[in-house]
Amino acid sequence: MPDLNRRRARRWNLFQIGAELDRKLRVIIGISVFLVLGLIWWGTTATGLVQPLFLPAPGVVWQRMLALALDGTLWQDSIISFYRIAIGFTLASAMAIPVGILIGSFRVWEAALEPLVDFVRYMPVVAFVPLTILWSGTGDWQKFLIIWIGTFFQEVLMVMDNVKRVPADYIGLGRTLGLPERRILWRIVLPSALPGIWDTLRISIGWAWTWLVLAELVAATSGLGYRITVSQRFFQTQTIIGYILLLGIFGLITDQVMKAMEKLLFRYLSVSR
Amino acid sequence: MSGVPKLEITGLGKTFGSGRSATVALRDINLTLGDNEFVSLVGTSGCGKSTILSIVAGLQDYDDGKVLVDGMPVEGPGLDRGVVFQSYTLLPWLTARQNVEFALKAAGHKKRDCRDLADEHLKLVNLTSFADSYPSQLSGGMKQRVAIARALSYRPKMLLMDEPFGALDALTRHQMQELLTRIWEEHRLTVLFVTHDVEEAVYISDRIVVMGMSPGYIKQSFDVDLPRPRHQRMIGSDEFVAVQRGVMAAIRGESEPA
Repeated sequence: MPDLNRRRARRWNLFQIGAELDRKLRVIIGISVFLVLGLIWWGTTATGLVQPLFLPAPGVVWQRMLALALDGTLWQDSIISFYRIAIGFTLASAMAIPVGILIGSFRVWEAALEPLVDFVRYMPVVAFVPLTILWSGTGDWQKFLIIWIGTFFQEVLMVMDNVKRVPADYIGLGRTLGLPERRILWRIVLPSALPGIWDTLRISIGWAWTWLVLAELVAATSGLGYRITVSQRFFQTQTIIGYILLLGIFGLITDQVMKAMEKLLFRYLSVSR
Repeated sequence: MSGVPKLEITGLGKTFGSGRSATVALRDINLTLGDNEFVSLVGTSGCGKSTILSIVAGLQDYDDGKVLVDGMPVEGPGLDRGVVFQSYTLLPWLTARQNVEFALKAAGHKKRDCRDLADEHLKLVNLTSFADSYPSQLSGGMKQRVAIARALSYRPKMLLMDEPFGALDALTRHQMQELLTRIWEEHRLTVLFVTHDVEEAVYISDRIVVMGMSPGYIKQSFDVDLPRPRHQRMIGSDEFVAVQRGVMAAIRGESEPA
């Protein structure tokens, strides 16, 4: 009887709000969803339900990607896109973090900059594409600029929020220890907000990819987005889908790497008793 | 009380906000703490007891009156007053020892002395074996013990405690009261202690100051003449209960028609 009870309690737990899930089961569920979607994809193409021009079979996409990998195209496209993300995102973040900290810590800076940032944030990034081409051509700097416009303003607001979440008593503590404001900022506010800032970076790097591909779609002579545009011209749907999936995989990997690093960097938050 | 008062508050007034939305939080507060005196401020929540502590700590400014520590007016926070907050203000990225060292370094101690001083104070609160633990590995009571060790480590002239045990469970709270009493009885220090727990106040204080509200004012002051060292078993004694009842009545007096 007790065994039976336990099992029943467990099954019920799966659909209880906030219930814990066993790590193994979690991985299995995650993979199953991908498998099911893949099966549906395979099924619709194998039965001829959808024309290959609109949706090529998984095998065709795979072969195409393999061929592109072998002749080096795939690597060239990926490397150039990665390079652009690295520079563009680093520039945006390196500027957004200090500005966000200032706005989050000092009401004067908040009054001066927050309305402006909010204002620009609502401007569609897409609309800046023609302008940026006009300003900086179709080279790498235009890509950096688009990534910057797309992520900087969002990051500023999110970092501001991270900083505002620093408990007021931490700052009070710094004051009672006689620390000057500058040192409170460095020694207390920054380290305290750092886990949140890291999360902000993790979330905004996803947007950076979106804006990069957009910029490459519109005007570029290299990169993943560029390859997608070229493929459209030649009705190579398999390349388009392959590249879109690849972008998804890159995103997934980046996210997982950053999460793993988060655990490492902020180990002090998760060490258990 | 002996000699010059450690803390002297006269005619203190504090108003929050301005214009129509202004609310008077404190009016004409007069409070004096002698050297090495342990005084508790009690009262219902919202009576402004924490505001007084915050003002003495220098974390809030005030509108009227004088606040003197050792005869010198309080102008902002300083190392002469150690503060223990209700929330556990241990910095999560530092171990227990590093948290104490953080304060010692801020107080200008030489780097090589910091470790010894930190260990010495962790020992005082019985946390030697947790010196290398991060706050996430410590229970609420342990965190607050580190916070006390930290506040004592740099030898402030007085200790300000804002409901330090308010977030702890009853059992841990009792242990903390015992620990604090023991430390205080051994080392002596001027303490201003804010609490809403009357039993706690009677157990640890030399004097209890009861506050009334809207606006916050000082209602009555009770001397606690229980002998020291104090023990938990005194809690049920007639003398103890008498003080406790008196304080309770003074607090309750608030809601009864004058």
